[in-house]
Amino acid sequence: MSQEGSMRRVTAIKNGTVIDHVPAGKALSVLKMLGVDGNMSNPVSLVMNVPSQKMGGKDIIKVEDRELTQHELDRLALVAPDASVAIIRAYTVAEKMEINLTEEVVNVARCTFSNCITTNPMEPLPHRLIVTKREPLELRCRYCGKFQEIDKLVDNLL
Amino acid sequence: MPGLITMDDLTNEEIISILDDAERLLPVAKGETYLPLLQGKILGNLFFEPSTRTRMSFETAMKRLGGDVVNLGDVKTSSVVKGETLFDTIQMVDGYTDIIAMRHPRQGAAQYACDSARVPILNGGDGAGHHPTQTMLDLFTIRRAHGRLDGLNVVLAGDLRYGRTVHSLSHALVRFGCNVTFASPESLRMPVEIVNDLKAHGAEVNETTNLLEQINAADVIYMTRIQKERFPDEDEYAKVAGAYKLHARDLDGAKENMIIMHPLPRVDEIHPSVDLTRHASYFEQAFNGVVARMSLMCWLLGIKVPETIEGGASE
Repeated sequence: MSQEGSMRRVTAIKNGTVIDHVPAGKALSVLKMLGVDGNMSNPVSLVMNVPSQKMGGKDIIKVEDRELTQHELDRLALVAPDASVAIIRAYTVAEKMEINLTEEVVNVARCTFSNCITTNPMEPLPHRLIVTKREPLELRCRYCGKFQEIDKLVDNLL
Repeated sequence: MPGLITMDDLTNEEIISILDDAERLLPVAKGETYLPLLQGKILGNLFFEPSTRTRMSFETAMKRLGGDVVNLGDVKTSSVVKGETLFDTIQMVDGYTDIIAMRHPRQGAAQYACDSARVPILNGGDGAGHHPTQTMLDLFTIRRAHGRLDGLNVVLAGDLRYGRTVHSLSHALVRFGCNVTFASPESLRMPVEIVNDLKAHGAEVNETTNLLEQINAADVIYMTRIQKERFPDEDEYAKVAGAYKLHARDLDGAKENMIIMHPLPRVDEIHPSVDLTRHASYFEQAFNGVVARMSLMCWLLGIKVPETIEGGASE
């Protein structure tokens, strides 16, 4: 199926945010990272595992009536660093945004090491993961120094 | 606030400078000269886990330099059991003291405390993480014995998997160009990420299960305790641990100036017969904890150690 065809699996939205080129199977993690769940009233559509020339397979997410902020998008760098994001207004792309992987990922996820000091939820300092390598992504906890298992990090989102 | 959390907080030049200061402070550590460089300063000893040597040597170091010490006391009776966070504990102790020495069962606790505090933090061990003040006293002991740190053959033996002292020390030795050999049972090998890290720094790393074969070429043998609870049963432990015990008769072919070190406490991995040989350095090593920590506290508090100290070595 063509790329255009895969986009048509869900209808065009009037206003909101479209996140394309999410790695196949990661859409649910992305929604979790953005705090999109059943408690919000905005309509959300997603397609998973659609063919993509660029990626082989990909997921696409459309969140209606909500423009995601740069800060919210930067959280996605952990699971979808190459996703493309468009802000839609009146059915047209009003703005294209990029996801930036900062040198330190602050208060996005808790360290995956079970004996790290930050596992105590009462400790108030921010959770800080330092980016030691970008491709493939490698993160190290600022406090305990342990390298993070990226798949497990998604379960530790804050 | 600056602190000493891992050995990465020190450059090689800083390590050498701190060891030089420690060398000059030896007569003060021995009580032969009184030099109240830290008079009016208070050390907060926060040991959330049991410690004998580290806690006592920090306390001795501060008192030898004219300062004073306040202790957390027994964790079971402190506010920690009431659920106080480390952050809050540090906020409180920070106000009482000028510098804090800390041991904590959670990994990363020292860096966390450092980020929470206005006074310098000295990491006295955090979980299976780092123990840099032990590394400094180990380096001091090695340099005292050999007059240098570079190019030595150092054998680290015993439990290399869980022992935090050997993790920090092996990194530091490699930075000074030592050849390191890891002698351990298969199940207690040096963690692969540490071996890879050392190799990435250009180190030649040898791994073996045979300690005795390494003795003759060694300049330093660093022994550690193998704990029974690491093995499924007593028989397995006895079979494996037996190969990592040293007796005086094993040392016949050793180099004249080879030293045997141990972070202590030992159980039976070094037979008392070794104590009487010229190689035994572990008690001197334990004493060196005082002088190394004296030097580190001066450095962190910005107190300059005089170039000449009565009865001491000068630069």
